[in-house]
Amino acid sequence: MIALLRRDLALAVRAGGGFGLGLAFFLIVVVLVPFGVGPETPLLTAIAPGVLWLGALLACLLSLDRILALDWEDGSLDLMATSPLPLEGVVTIKALAHWVTTGLPLVLAAPVLGVLLNLPGPGYPWLTLSLALGTPALSVLGTFGAALTVGLKRGGLLLSLLVLPLYVPTLIFGAEVARRGAAGLDPMTPLLMLAGITCGTIALLPFASAAVLRMNLR
Amino acid sequence: MLVKASDLAIARGGVPVLEGLSFALGAGEALILRGPNGAGKTTLLRTVAGLQPALSGTLEVAEESVAYAAHADGLKSMLTVTENLSFWASVFGQSSIEAALDRFNLRSLADRQAGTLSAGQKRRLGLARLLVTGRPLWVLDEPTVSLDTASVQLFAAAVRAHLAGGGAALIATHIDLGLEARVLDVTSHKAVHRDIPGGFEEAFL
Repeated sequence: MIALLRRDLALAVRAGGGFGLGLAFFLIVVVLVPFGVGPETPLLTAIAPGVLWLGALLACLLSLDRILALDWEDGSLDLMATSPLPLEGVVTIKALAHWVTTGLPLVLAAPVLGVLLNLPGPGYPWLTLSLALGTPALSVLGTFGAALTVGLKRGGLLLSLLVLPLYVPTLIFGAEVARRGAAGLDPMTPLLMLAGITCGTIALLPFASAAVLRMNLR
Repeated sequence: MLVKASDLAIARGGVPVLEGLSFALGAGEALILRGPNGAGKTTLLRTVAGLQPALSGTLEVAEESVAYAAHADGLKSMLTVTENLSFWASVFGQSSIEAALDRFNLRSLADRQAGTLSAGQKRRLGLARLLVTGRPLWVLDEPTVSLDTASVQLFAAAVRAHLAGGGAALIATHIDLGLEARVLDVTSHKAVHRDIPGGFEEAFL
């Protein structure tokens, strides 16, 4: 399992691995928003938490189809299914590798990009915390979507359509934490909900992902 | 007994392809599968490897015994030969890849990226993976594709050594490997098309 994580991280940072792709996309989306809605500071302050969360979510979505499709194409997935690694473990490690290469950089970059959107001071720790708690759920849900669409040619769009509705609860509570934090309100309720969603998906979805993967490998 | 099939029927995409297959493989034995393209050799191998269920009949495969090699080699083009092999070795809980490098004459390529190898070299690397699995039953799907004559000899020697060491091999191939092995021609087991319970839904899964 550790070998798989190491291999996936090594592949991500080598040429063509797509590391930084999500981060660059996030950066561009957040930079483009003030161009689109105009430079009024109060407006930007009001929409900053939502835009940052939405940007992070879309950036996460961008690299989902790489999670399993590449291993499917070169036959590694078949070989892994016949190896001693349980498929539940494989999909968990894949989701973890995706989070480390995509979600974690987004969490670290978000406070910097918050400046561009004039996020109020008290909002920074809450934004970072909400992303740190919420992005693992995005990776796990995305791995489930990738398992559903593995083997489909150009399944990327279908993957987005399947996964985006599943992202709704995470987005609602994540953005709410950041919004309440920025407005100086108590963000504990949405924060606990967000943490609960993340824990639930991490606990349950690997089994679902492994089951659909077995079905797709037949 | 590493694998034992009796009256096995298998399906591909919900359509029965082979039926009435019975064979058994013990330590030191090899079975060569023959049959025209599309006869169902790959489907049979995938069933034995546990990637898909059998349609009917019984198939007993010893627990954690299969090392499967498909048409695709499962190599990462951005990793070196050594990294690719080491990854599979640690997945299968083995530590040494030296014997595998030597056996398939990959020593001089050890630091090359797999993406820069020729088709035959990639195949050799894919076959070397079998040695680092440490598993007794090799299930091989046309292992000699794109290999030159010398490499086919290397491969045949590796299979012979594996059999001598108490392993077994189930090989689908069109060429003569010069192995002491029984041959199963699947052509005579072609499934007669008829409705099989569950077959309809299977086509949509």
